[in-house]
Amino acid sequence: MTGTTGQISRTAFARNQWYVAAYGREIGRELLARTILNEPIVFYRTQDGGEAVALADRCVHRRYPLSAGRLDGDTLVCGYHGFTYDTTGTCVSVPGQKRVPRTARVRSYPVVEQDSLVWVWIGDPESADPDAVPRAAHLADPAWRTVGGMETVECDYRLLVDNLLDLSHETYLHGGYIGTPEVAETPIVTEVDEGAGTVRVSRHMDDAACPPFYARSTGIEGRITRWQDIEYHAPCLYLLHSRIAPRGVLPEPDGSDPNAFHVEITYAVTPSTDRRVYDFWCVSRDFAQDDEDVTAFLHDLNHTVVMQDVDALDLLQRSLDTEPEGYQELSINIDTGGLAARRILTRLAAEGEPQPAHAPAAAR
Amino acid sequence: MSGEHTAEVYRIAWVAGTDTLHGVCHCGAERTARDPVEMWEWMLAHPVGHDREIT
Ligand code: FES
Ligand SMILES: [Fe+2]
Ligand SMILES: [Zn+2]
Repeated sequence: MTGTTGQISRTAFARNQWYVAAYGREIGRELLARTILNEPIVFYRTQDGGEAVALADRCVHRRYPLSAGRLDGDTLVCGYHGFTYDTTGTCVSVPGQKRVPRTARVRSYPVVEQDSLVWVWIGDPESADPDAVPRAAHLADPAWRTVGGMETVECDYRLLVDNLLDLSHETYLHGGYIGTPEVAETPIVTEVDEGAGTVRVSRHMDDAACPPFYARSTGIEGRITRWQDIEYHAPCLYLLHSRIAPRGVLPEPDGSDPNAFHVEITYAVTPSTDRRVYDFWCVSRDFAQDDEDVTAFLHDLNHTVVMQDVDALDLLQRSLDTEPEGYQELSINIDTGGLAARRILTRLAAEGEPQPAHAPAAAR
Repeated sequence: MSGEHTAEVYRIAWVAGTDTLHGVCHCGAERTARDPVEMWEWMLAHPVGHDREIT
């Protein structure tokens, strides 16, 4: 790469990482099918402990999707010929005969349920460290009121990462919703913590117009001080700490911030296939907790905004797919954070490749 | 909520009122540039090229 031009490389997944597979509330006694990093997986919850289980969604017999079968207690019965699997993926019975072939097992995946999210580990199970799951504690904290959803986008997951790390697009793609001119105009500070695998992008607007998203939810009339502090824990978790206050109102010297409104915008970016990504989104607020109108408004407006991104990224991917090999991009200052994220993703993907001397996953 | 920092932190500030980027490597080396691609290449090559500083 020379100068300002460059190009996005072939899709490569960082396998030795935790990914959000579902909200905890989505996993129950109904079988849930999700494809993560090109691997079809079926999820369910056990009867007694209520533990989330993740098994490969292909029966060893004729590869029928297990998600089309049914639960019998804590075992999963294939809907085609009845091969039955326990929560570890071991086949415990087959029809018509006593002997179960020793090799009859499907893969089970390590799972962590934390902060209302269910995380799954696709890579080498030996490297799966539950303590390495990044936190999003506000999602399960009663001090925050959270709304959320999930959309699928038909694009390389890195296009969504790019989108989230460069919020200048709010001004153009989300103008009149969450964008105002000041977002694109205000310089950013970008920090990369190579060891932790995090990218931080801060944009502090001292004097900005208040977009409808915040005007209607906070009741602020007039101009605002608006801070956006992004914390991206590659590859999956994206936190946007958003602080809104009447213009000129700053946190107290002791660090408390009673006169501002705080919103935590959370995204989980989970690659499904090379051309599909699960886009989990949440909006958590520390004000108007019991105001159901505000809850519905923030949910609906953010859903509209997410769909604007979904449509744009679907379009962008279709367009990129018609480009000849070796197309060029051009990066400018607003891309400083996105470029950093791409680089970390490339490094994490290389580290997740099976290799004899196993490189350690990113230190936490 | 914020993760801990490790020792290897790179920082690029877009200088207010200008088109200039100001970068600080984790070793303390500094540089200004007008192109984020060039800036990341310089930083991540640490310590290679730190001596041919452009300001
Ligand atoms: S395909 Fe599952 S039992 Fe035959
Ligand atoms: Fe967006
Ligand atoms: Zn250096």
